[in-house]
Amino acid sequence: MKWEPVIGIEVHVELETQSKMFCGCAVDFEAEPNTNVCPVCLGLPGALPVPNRTAIEWITKIGLAFNCSISERSQFHRKNYFYSDQPKNYQISQFDVPVCHDGWIDVTVDGETSRIRVNRAHMEEDTGKSIHVGESGRIHSATETLLNFNRAGVPLVEIVSEADIRSAAQARAYAQDLRTVVAALGVSDAKLEEGSIRFDANVSIRPVGTEPFGTKVEVKNMNSFRSLERAVDYEILRQADVLDQGGTVDQETRHWDEGEGVTHSMRSKEGSSDYRYFPEPDLLPIEVTEEWRNEIAATLPELPSARAARYVGLGVDADSATSLAGSEPLMVMFESSLAAGAPAQVAANWLTGEVTAWSRRESTDITDSALTGQHVAQLAAMVEANSLSSTAAKEVLGHVLAGEGDPADVAAAHDLIQISDSGALESAVDQVIGENEDQFARLAGGEDKLIGFFVGQVMRVTGGKADPRAVTDIIRSRIG
Amino acid sequence: MTDPADFTLVEAAAALRAGQQTSVALTEAVLTRASLTEAAVHAYLTIDRSGALAAAEAADRRISSGRAVGPLDGLPIALKDNMMTRGLETTASSKILAGYIPPYDGTVVARLREAGAVFVGKTNLDEFAMGSSTENSAFGPTRNPWNLDTVPGGSSGGSAAAVAAGSALAGLGSDTGGSIRQPAALCGLVGMKPTYGLVSRYGLIAFASSLDQIGPLTHTVEDAAILYEAIAGHDPLDATSFPGPAPSGTVRLGAGVSGLRVGIVNELSGQGIDDEVMAAFRTTVERLAAAGAEIVELSLPSTATALSAYYLIAPAECSANLARFDGVRYGLRIDGGTVDEMMSRTRADGFGPEVIRRILLGTYALSAGYYDAFYGQAQRVRTLIIQEFAAAYEQVDVLVSPTAPAPAFELGAKTQDPLSMYMQDICTIPSNLSGHPAMSVPVGLSTTGLPIGFQVMAPALGETVMFQVAAAIEELSDDIGRPVLEVVAS
Ligand SMILES: [Zn+2]
Repeated sequence: MKWEPVIGIEVHVELETQSKMFCGCAVDFEAEPNTNVCPVCLGLPGALPVPNRTAIEWITKIGLAFNCSISERSQFHRKNYFYSDQPKNYQISQFDVPVCHDGWIDVTVDGETSRIRVNRAHMEEDTGKSIHVGESGRIHSATETLLNFNRAGVPLVEIVSEADIRSAAQARAYAQDLRTVVAALGVSDAKLEEGSIRFDANVSIRPVGTEPFGTKVEVKNMNSFRSLERAVDYEILRQADVLDQGGTVDQETRHWDEGEGVTHSMRSKEGSSDYRYFPEPDLLPIEVTEEWRNEIAATLPELPSARAARYVGLGVDADSATSLAGSEPLMVMFESSLAAGAPAQVAANWLTGEVTAWSRRESTDITDSALTGQHVAQLAAMVEANSLSSTAAKEVLGHVLAGEGDPADVAAAHDLIQISDSGALESAVDQVIGENEDQFARLAGGEDKLIGFFVGQVMRVTGGKADPRAVTDIIRSRIG
Repeated sequence: MTDPADFTLVEAAAALRAGQQTSVALTEAVLTRASLTEAAVHAYLTIDRSGALAAAEAADRRISSGRAVGPLDGLPIALKDNMMTRGLETTASSKILAGYIPPYDGTVVARLREAGAVFVGKTNLDEFAMGSSTENSAFGPTRNPWNLDTVPGGSSGGSAAAVAAGSALAGLGSDTGGSIRQPAALCGLVGMKPTYGLVSRYGLIAFASSLDQIGPLTHTVEDAAILYEAIAGHDPLDATSFPGPAPSGTVRLGAGVSGLRVGIVNELSGQGIDDEVMAAFRTTVERLAAAGAEIVELSLPSTATALSAYYLIAPAECSANLARFDGVRYGLRIDGGTVDEMMSRTRADGFGPEVIRRILLGTYALSAGYYDAFYGQAQRVRTLIIQEFAAAYEQVDVLVSPTAPAPAFELGAKTQDPLSMYMQDICTIPSNLSGHPAMSVPVGLSTTGLPIGFQVMAPALGETVMFQVAAAIEELSDDIGRPVLEVVAS
């Protein structure tokens, strides 16, 4: 049978506010364990939560960036479950009325754009962290569990998509775009490897052409976009295998194992949990008035889609514009290149071409390379002035990225400067004419194809550094 | 001459200001009284003798140098043991918190400390404030100073008994369904629950967050008004705290009731109420009428379902509020093979039967499939009660009823019958559900010599008129005097 995947993504974003969601403790993950704690975030008897207004502002920003409606009054709920790193044994979260609801973003894969609806974005608090101490470091054989509550109470935004995603590649694109937007908003450092942004996927499959959803499986523990794509792909194939063999898919949570490239069932831990949500009596409803919402909307930075359109307006091709606008490091480098005077399309070509390739090959972020916008502009100017060929420019770029210096120094050090000095070129041309008088007579007599031969000879004597167009001009002037 | 332990707050403050007493002498007087009464009464779980005397000495230095910080400076007060006191054991009368030393002061405690109050100690309560007799304490019951065979009421029975016995000049209780007013009635005191949100809950061990309020237990209405004013007011640490200024408690004291409209709630003044209590209630109403109040009879039909709604909402909230007591970070820990096992064992062993009963009830009421029929329905009843009360207050300035259905009962009389214990709060619960202020004033003694209370209820932020009416009732009623304790008399 042919199967169609149906995928929804849940994202948790830790907000980088100064203080936690419901107390004054600092949000700082580098701190010594259990130093950023107080009666509120430790769940001591008698302590009460007070909401962080900045966090409400920032979730509203996120909602607006994803084209959500913002609730004028939304409600905190208690989500009840016992877990040792959860101080109160309930999490303050939201249930039936989230701050943000009914939004969307457009996601493009292989030139095809689809609208993915965002069901909701709601405000909640993070838990502490458990460190299991034991011989293997695994929870089953742990002899001791250490608890660090520095993260407990950090503001967390959960963004839930509709099940509109139809492929692993689209899931990845959605996640990447979402991360890009969140990073652009400046509300979170949004680092997957540090867990400040976390993605879970709900995956089910159904026969192509049918409507009803299949049984969904929640896949967790993906800590890169690549592992998200791999995990979703794996899960689609696994479910198809199960169904093709006449089996049934269990509704469950599965863990992605990056090393083995498979998902494992976690069924032992979670039954069908009843969180017994009820309105949080310690907190009043969250109010985002129209006036406040408009103030927040006015502070939204340029979002990737609008930015891409602006780049196209500068003459950049559509694909490059989307790539540049969608990647924070590329965007920053491109903007600073433009500011330093680089032509838009030239800079765009290098950044989406050589620079991106280098970044992938070296597994190094562009922002961690030696390249600056000044370098890009300088390089472009050298090509413009014919002192570098475009091939040589790409070579220079590689050396600059590797930290060898600025383009002029690198080009000189690697002897890549084109000879465009007319005196030097003229004497080279005259030397070649003198050595090949017969051929020159034939050229002068109208055998025009010999021009290539002469240009080649000049390139030979200059060690390939002559500007071929200038050489051609000089040869023609000798004929005339 | 009156023993200083029997002073009202107003009398004691006057004596301090006049230089006839020192705070240390007052504190010694209540500590001495406690040393005589505690073996029989057991009002306190912790007496902080050295802390109290140190605070009294500091108060005396301020007073003698003319820098007294207010009407409570130097006055010995008892705190219910569900209020966080920095460095002083706080248990909520639960084994699960035995030995727990809080690292911080709750807002009310901090305010009283700044006002110069001297904390005698921490008083007994029904575990986590769940009960109406102070028998549900892990550390043994408190007895009523008026008759040691009877209960002081609850859950603030320890504070009520301490004030009645003279082992503190005043006390603080917390009221979730009547836990200040019912013990006040049973111990012959004034007990007051403010409008929800007027007094900060920060540092009060939560029982039912949407109902809990801290309030005073005192000998007189004026004392209650003064103590109320000291603890009320906005607190940025409590998100449910009322943002505006708290209404005055003292400004209309002595203004009488002439021209005020007083409503009798039919549903709270008949069925299930003891004859002597009803007689005292009627006498008081007649006196109010004679003093110029207009008496109006009202029906508030939804109050009939208030008790049922309360016993869904309060347990539901407590089931979450008490989840934090799990043996992980503080308090009792009974080890187990796994963390989950440790938590279950700790909670099974650490909580008493009434607390477990309410956690189970609340957990059930919030469960998937039952939420709407139980918790949801209870919230709808609550909304109805709020609407009915609001409509009633269009017609009258205050509502009145008996406080408790009967005078103090004997220890053990209701411990095997939770429902009859729950009925103790039938008249007090509606004001918790509506969030309105209410208070109890003593209006007489039964034939067996036990105090009888009278409840005055007012609309939200109606404290001023409520204290005004309560002071008039106090004025119109016969003084019930103080309990006579043989241990003290001899
Ligand atoms: Zn904190």
